[in-house]
Amino acid sequence: MAEKGILKPGTQAPGFTLHTTPDQTVSLSDFRGQPVVLAFYPADWSPVCGDQMTLYNEVLPEFRKHHAALVGISVDGVWCHGAFAANRRLHFPLLADFEPKGAVARTYSAYRAKEGVTERALFVIDGDGVIRWSYLSPIGVNPGADGILEALESLEPVPSLTSTRHKA
Amino acid sequence: MAIGQSRVARLVLPVDGRDHVRGPADAPAALVEYGDFECPQCGLAHPITKEVQRRLGRKLRFAFRHFPLAEIHPHAQSAAEAAEAAGAQGRFWEMHDLLFRNQQALEDADLLRYADALGLDLPRFVSELADGTWESRVREDFMSGVRSGVNGTPTFFVNGVRHDGPWDADTLVEALMASARIHV
Repeated sequence: MAEKGILKPGTQAPGFTLHTTPDQTVSLSDFRGQPVVLAFYPADWSPVCGDQMTLYNEVLPEFRKHHAALVGISVDGVWCHGAFAANRRLHFPLLADFEPKGAVARTYSAYRAKEGVTERALFVIDGDGVIRWSYLSPIGVNPGADGILEALESLEPVPSLTSTRHKA
Repeated sequence: MAIGQSRVARLVLPVDGRDHVRGPADAPAALVEYGDFECPQCGLAHPITKEVQRRLGRKLRFAFRHFPLAEIHPHAQSAAEAAEAAGAQGRFWEMHDLLFRNQQALEDADLLRYADALGLDLPRFVSELADGTWESRVREDFMSGVRSGVNGTPTFFVNGVRHDGPWDADTLVEALMASARIHV
């Protein structure tokens, strides 16, 4: 089998329109002109304190300093997303890659057909719709937010006040 | 293969004078916890970190940094600031222990009660909380954690590298000893 991999930087991000609530959709093209972070994750309702979406919710102000939008994507349906987002007090949309199941994740090569869930994969897409950074995490490891912030910073080389990192 | 690249998450802000630290500065093993006083998992980790400190003794330096998940834990931010306000009066660890032992009682009145029990200068404590004196300090801890790849609470760093997987006392002691090449 050829080495499988998620879409790489430099690739035009595949467009999509997905439901976030029963009567609202979000399209990738809605974000033209601003960076967008796509966070594919396997499922709603993972244990609370280690939850990736909960973490990103707290880091949202930092993403917004880069004028970046954040969306979470999983195969869960809109009612499930709604309950999960309310429970965790999320301030960003969760998109339902629900029907046909995983269709959008497949276009990013971020679908696990065997388990029927999306990979834990991150994409930072620039204002022109080009993938500028992508990262496939081991499915059981929440990748944190550091890679996303570094990628957003590299889109616009403005020094951040919070940048204290030392390159390892 | 669908295996993710492994990113080694490292502590970007080394333990230094700004930290609340237990154990000698020249200890060969260093454990850093990013935690939230209202997080049940951190509550479970509290006696474990005590046990790890007891077992490694003078060979370990332990630092605690704040990582309040304020959206799901509405008292976490003020509890973290209360610990800092106690720290300003030399009682950080006593307050840290009280907060973890009383995770179900973290209202402002409770924080005041703990400050009183520790014999703190109450008017100073109250005004520092009201003025948000320690808000930026807590945010600094939080952002240093985000930058280091903290991905939930608690997150531990063993000699500067994020510790993934179980964090029972045996596992932590073993990881610390292996990393510092020490024997107890």
